[in-house]
Amino acid sequence: MTKETRIDRRFAKLKREGRKGLVTFITAGDPDLETSKKLLLGLPKAGADVIELGMPFSDPMADGPAIQASSLRALKAGQKMRDTLAMVAEFRKQDDDTPIVLMGYYNPIYVYPNAQFITDAVAAGVDGLIVVDLPPEADDELCVPATAAGLNFIRLTTPTTDSKRLPAVLSNTSGFLYYVSITGITGTAAPDVNNVQKHVQRIKAATTLPVAVGFGVKTPDQAKALGQVADAVVVGSALVGALEKSLDSDGRSTSKTVPAVLDLVGSLAAALRAA
Amino acid sequence: MATSSDKSKDAKLNTFRGGPDERGHFGIFGGRFVAETLMPLILDLEKAYNEAKADPAFKAQLDYLNTYYSGRPSPLYFAERLTEHLGGAKIYLKRDELNHTGSHKINNCLGQILLAKRMGKTRIIAETGAGQHGVAVATVCARFGLPCEIFMGATDVQRQKPNVARMHMLKAKVNPVTSGAGTLKDAMNEALRDWVTNVHDTYYIIGTAAGPHPYPELVRDFQSIIGKEVREQMQAAEGRLPDTLVACIGGGSNAIGLFHPFLDDESVKIYGVEAGGHGIDVENGHAASMTGGRPGVLHGNRTYLLQDAEGQILEGHSISAGLDYPGVGPEHSWLRDTGRVTYVPATDKEALDAFQLCAQLEGIIPALEPAHALAFVTKLAPTLPKDNLLVMNMCGRGDKDVFAVAGYLGMDI
Repeated sequence: MTKETRIDRRFAKLKREGRKGLVTFITAGDPDLETSKKLLLGLPKAGADVIELGMPFSDPMADGPAIQASSLRALKAGQKMRDTLAMVAEFRKQDDDTPIVLMGYYNPIYVYPNAQFITDAVAAGVDGLIVVDLPPEADDELCVPATAAGLNFIRLTTPTTDSKRLPAVLSNTSGFLYYVSITGITGTAAPDVNNVQKHVQRIKAATTLPVAVGFGVKTPDQAKALGQVADAVVVGSALVGALEKSLDSDGRSTSKTVPAVLDLVGSLAAALRAA
Repeated sequence: MATSSDKSKDAKLNTFRGGPDERGHFGIFGGRFVAETLMPLILDLEKAYNEAKADPAFKAQLDYLNTYYSGRPSPLYFAERLTEHLGGAKIYLKRDELNHTGSHKINNCLGQILLAKRMGKTRIIAETGAGQHGVAVATVCARFGLPCEIFMGATDVQRQKPNVARMHMLKAKVNPVTSGAGTLKDAMNEALRDWVTNVHDTYYIIGTAAGPHPYPELVRDFQSIIGKEVREQMQAAEGRLPDTLVACIGGGSNAIGLFHPFLDDESVKIYGVEAGGHGIDVENGHAASMTGGRPGVLHGNRTYLLQDAEGQILEGHSISAGLDYPGVGPEHSWLRDTGRVTYVPATDKEALDAFQLCAQLEGIIPALEPAHALAFVTKLAPTLPKDNLLVMNMCGRGDKDVFAVAGYLGMDI
């Protein structure tokens, strides 16, 4: 077992307070580094309990159009992995409690390379990693050394993860489990709450880890409904979609950009607190 | 060229034909780097493939289709005038462009459609670059009565119109992909997104010997019929093994199909020819992932990739829509690092020159992809003795490229 992390403490606190967590996703550097830093700093006050910070990648194979576009905006603005880690370090100077999970694809980590990435992520104050294209079969590459260094390795489990497969997914997972509510890419189909409930119950029977549900959660009402069957709800595409709508015709940030995202976070958080 | 330190690794290997291991690795390459949604399916596919391999009925059905539907074996043809012209090695062309649908792609599609049927899948998807794989998939789907959707980069839809028309005639739905540069890499991303969404009923026929395990292995196995036939045909023609093998490499399925049965024959020198585009020194101007890239992880496998310092994937460029992919099959990456196969680039211009040479000397209009292999042959053959038996895989015919090449050559058609 790893020592207690900010993620563990945050879920324990949610449990004590008897409420469901809001996990928010934004892409680091989208639409530009300065705006992205303001967003990141504003998320906890707006109501985010856990922050997923996307590491942009040129080929986000598991993502729908909203996050693909978000990733490409960040890359176009010149976002590098060092900038993403520096954003976390800067955030940590002001907030030592809100967990940050870096989420993305393996290649930018692999070429960093892995050992240096783990060292720098820990130093920056990162708490966990979600690497979409690293299944348990590849745990020796990143998951095991990252966990040994004190990071939580958070795994996605999906509707296709049957009971036979579930133990493999749970092994070496820590922090929380991310239940992908649909078979598909991010930000597309809406999840069916009854279906999600069945799966979450099955997962809960196999682990004591908190379960967050995401993929396709767009509105405060959906968040509220899913909050009743899970420990936390993840919202990503809707937030980067709101960001995209606030940009000017050249794709640049406007005075509306930061409030557009944080206001949506606020209404999602309010709906979850009412759940 | 392989360095001496690369070569020293060979000493430990008893065979170059033993890969992949049970986790799908060829050395450090290969593996299964996919989203969790796909993992159970990938494991099912591996199981289904292992069962099929052991089933004589599966082999009999595939053999039958290869013979009577596809027209195999394809001839091993002595290219007399090309040989005379180049004045060195005795050049044979493996005529896989004569297969039904016009390329080697049908070899793999017949195998995979039988596998899809065995697994009870009712819908087929595929990516395509030049459209050769797309046409082959559309063909086998028509033959076996399964609906199919082909993902093709919007840029490629433009430059490979004849193949798009063929796919439509075969009742395939062609989805132009506009993300990225609208070429093969983006088509593969979109196919993976479709697959993860429709995983319950959909089989993904990957067209090259790349992607998550077991695809590199099963595509190689289905394509190895090329090399197996060459062994027999060369024995019949010359009473011995060939000395030199040459094939073009995009993802590398035709090449691995020719090479694999010869990997343990030390006397056989093997060359893979990558797309050198505008030149290896031109940044993002080529698609030679092994000559100009470095190892990374994309589309389910670790392999040589065209990428920037941050690990972001580059688009690459080639005159040939079938070669401009930023990766390569993982077994090739391993064969490169072990030094068993030598990988070299050929530029757009060299390929165009070879294309014309082949048409004019042999009356064979090659696809732009094998024209790259031929471009290297025109350099290599003159340096070899006249008794050196060289086999080049003519993996596709040039009908699809007629309009594009006419454009490049300024011909008025």
